Amino acid sequence: MSVITDNSTPASGRGIRDEMVAFVIMAALLATVPFTGIYPFFVMQALCFALFACAFNLLIGYGGLLSFGHAMFLGTAGYFTAHALKVWGVSPEIGIVVGTAGACALSIVTGWISIRRQGIYFAMITLALSQLVFFVYLQTPFTHGEDGIQGIPQGMLFGLFDLSKPTILYYVILVAFLLAFLLIFRTINSPFGEVLKAIRENEPRAVSLGYKADQYKLMAFILSGTLSGFAGSLKVFVAQNASLTDVHWTMSGEIVLMALIGGLGTVFGPVVGAFIIVAMQQYLAGFGQWVTVIQGVIFVVCVLTFRRGIVGEIAALFKRSL
Amino acid sequence: MADEFILETQGLTKEFAGFLAVRDVNLKIRRGSIHALIGPNGAGKTTCFNLLTKFLQPTAGRIVYKGRDITSMAPADVARLGLVRSFQISAVFPHLTALENVRVALQRQHGASFDFWRSKAVLDRFNPRAQELLEDVGLSEFANTQAVEMPYGRKRALEIATTLALDPEMMLLDEPMAGMGHEDIDKIAALIKRISAKYTILMVEHNLNVVANLSDVITVLTRGKVLAEGVYADLTKDERVKEAYLGAGHG
Repeated sequence: MSVITDNSTPASGRGIRDEMVAFVIMAALLATVPFTGIYPFFVMQALCFALFACAFNLLIGYGGLLSFGHAMFLGTAGYFTAHALKVWGVSPEIGIVVGTAGACALSIVTGWISIRRQGIYFAMITLALSQLVFFVYLQTPFTHGEDGIQGIPQGMLFGLFDLSKPTILYYVILVAFLLAFLLIFRTINSPFGEVLKAIRENEPRAVSLGYKADQYKLMAFILSGTLSGFAGSLKVFVAQNASLTDVHWTMSGEIVLMALIGGLGTVFGPVVGAFIIVAMQQYLAGFGQWVTVIQGVIFVVCVLTFRRGIVGEIAALFKRSL
Repeated sequence: MADEFILETQGLTKEFAGFLAVRDVNLKIRRGSIHALIGPNGAGKTTCFNLLTKFLQPTAGRIVYKGRDITSMAPADVARLGLVRSFQISAVFPHLTALENVRVALQRQHGASFDFWRSKAVLDRFNPRAQELLEDVGLSEFANTQAVEMPYGRKRALEIATTLALDPEMMLLDEPMAGMGHEDIDKIAALIKRISAKYTILMVEHNLNVVANLSDVITVLTRGKVLAEGVYADLTKDERVKEAYLGAGHG
């Protein structure tokens, strides 16, 4: 008996080892960025979006729920953090906590409302809620409407790290990203993650086994929303502003695109997708509005030819899980 | 007396927009028996079944399980009381391995299902029990196979293993032999016979022959109503049953 039982571990154990190797490679590559001459703000921005995409992917890739309103968490955390830093003058770590907690609270409320519906209805409810949030931010004075909150002080993290120095900021963002990435990875491979996958695979069956599916979906929604908020809080330190762009529905669409191109339900896909999209916006900026068209074409090509996404296709090719 | 019957329904009725799918059904399932619910297509078997497991809410009537009124309970709660169902189409988690399928069921009973910060390695303690259950239904060699790659009959067996993992008191099987070849039917029938020593089983079946040797009591349902109830030998002599049910297919 024990011999057979032991066999069962390597199958999933190997998958996790592949992913850990890939994680170390990713961390090492990202750590060398400041020495390569690549524009660090581009990479920092990409890291924030990568985290956002990973958080989004946790919900759709492992919970099977397509949210079309995830920008509300990114934007809410951004505004809260920006306001706390600029108006209250708190330290960066408190600012991040305020922003992330705001997104967490919002995700509890919106999750509780939207989780009762499935498929397209779930997507539409999340979209409606995020539009509602958008108009609230458009009207309330503290966001400064169309102007946004500008010139946010970066400050000293824990009183030790001066975030106004690009290299220090870069490594702080990188460490925050890697820690959050590991948390998502752990969540996927946790007892909770197993139940979530079971619900995604066959919800009625999971219910018949005594699982209250809605509670697990809500939990996934809150985790995803909170981590999206964390990404939004980090982004404030990179962009030094918080604006309506981050709560706009096009942002919700962009994150779907990033996760989809990289590969839904893959661990590294959203990271790859985020870097590709952010790089396009950065380096193709000369084409102006045509970037949107190019993005659209890529989206169509992706859906038509490689549905698993870039990382998904590579993983399938090598029969590995990435 | 309450102990004699594990599940009872009183005047169970379900109406869909004016159509009475199930009307005034009174069932008494004896503890430890194999009870079959049969009837032609559209007789209301599956609706009845969904009512019992609370996947549908009855329009009228009561459901009493172990002396407890479960009429207004949520499906997940009913499952937690030990009344576990299967599905007509094979209900496995396709992209989990057979072992993981069973483990998900074990995990629910022993908690640890909301811990997103712990490694799933903590679930390995369920592996020996999961392996045992797979062995029980003859699936040892499929432990690391994804359920989606298993042959149909094996999926049904896996489904039973998953259900058994919950250590239920009563199992409700929705057409466990549907879509199976003869060889598989014999295997699953033998398996059901064997597990019936420990559990009460209510199964819905379309085919009377399948349940002939398997069930202690058979309830025949037509047009949402109970037509007759009894042992196979008696039912085959019953004129009403012959006419309504056997008449068509079995001459």
